[in-house]
Amino acid sequence: MRRWLPHPLMAGFLLLVWLLMRGSLAPGDWLLGGALALGLAWAFGKLQPPRARLRQPWRLLPLALRVVYDIVRSNLAVAGVVLRPRWRGRSGFVAIPLELEDPYGLALLACIVTSTPGTIWVDHDPVRRVLLIHVLALADEAIWIDTIKRRYERPLLEMFQ
Amino acid sequence: MSLIEALPPWAAVLVGVLVLLGAGFACVGSLGLLRLRNFYRRVHAPTLGSTLGTFFMVAACVVAFSLAQGRPALQVLLIGVFLTLTTPITLMLLVRAALYRNRVEDGQSLAAPEPGDDE
Repeated sequence: MRRWLPHPLMAGFLLLVWLLMRGSLAPGDWLLGGALALGLAWAFGKLQPPRARLRQPWRLLPLALRVVYDIVRSNLAVAGVVLRPRWRGRSGFVAIPLELEDPYGLALLACIVTSTPGTIWVDHDPVRRVLLIHVLALADEAIWIDTIKRRYERPLLEMFQ
Repeated sequence: MSLIEALPPWAAVLVGVLVLLGAGFACVGSLGLLRLRNFYRRVHAPTLGSTLGTFFMVAACVVAFSLAQGRPALQVLLIGVFLTLTTPITLMLLVRAALYRNRVEDGQSLAAPEPGDDE
């Protein structure tokens, strides 16, 4: 199994992308998409990516819902900042000590932090394990450290580490 | 026959509202790029366009093309997937370049900036 399908998640994702692009579920599309997915997943393996270990993948669903909720909320918050004629808020950098070390977990955290308007990923120091983010409307550093660690890092730790 | 004529009226209204909402968020994001005061603040604003702006546009596309073609047009959803996966890369590149330039110009060490105010 491992020999023929060394990267099942990658192959599955590629097949899904192919079927979506073609917009059909005809046998020919399964065949061609499957062949492409296997070939590309094999080529992906040649890049020697670090091995991903995703435990309890169903935990992604509540995390995704939470992120969608946060994205909608912060979209409205940032729109408010932009549209207010005289916005005098404070913005700045926040340093967050992280326990998460897995590269895939960190990549997902980067997607979450940058996809949420109002926060951007600035720098991650893998030696000191400190993440630096920039926050547009920064009221209290401690609240942001707590938010990132509790809302996002904890579920990612449980799944990836 | 144009696409909009192929749609029943309720769908045309729905698609119109979704497109306007998406365009509105993208517009506010661009306005923020213009109005906010420094680089680190400005870079926040366009994410409005790449999140809710894109979401409403994609939703409008799915509704319009699914109804017009008579079968689910889900390939547009991939735009959302790839945008979410690739935005962090560009954004990080820009922010790190800005950070590097600031540190060099201010003659600071290349260590992490002090947390807190950006001004």
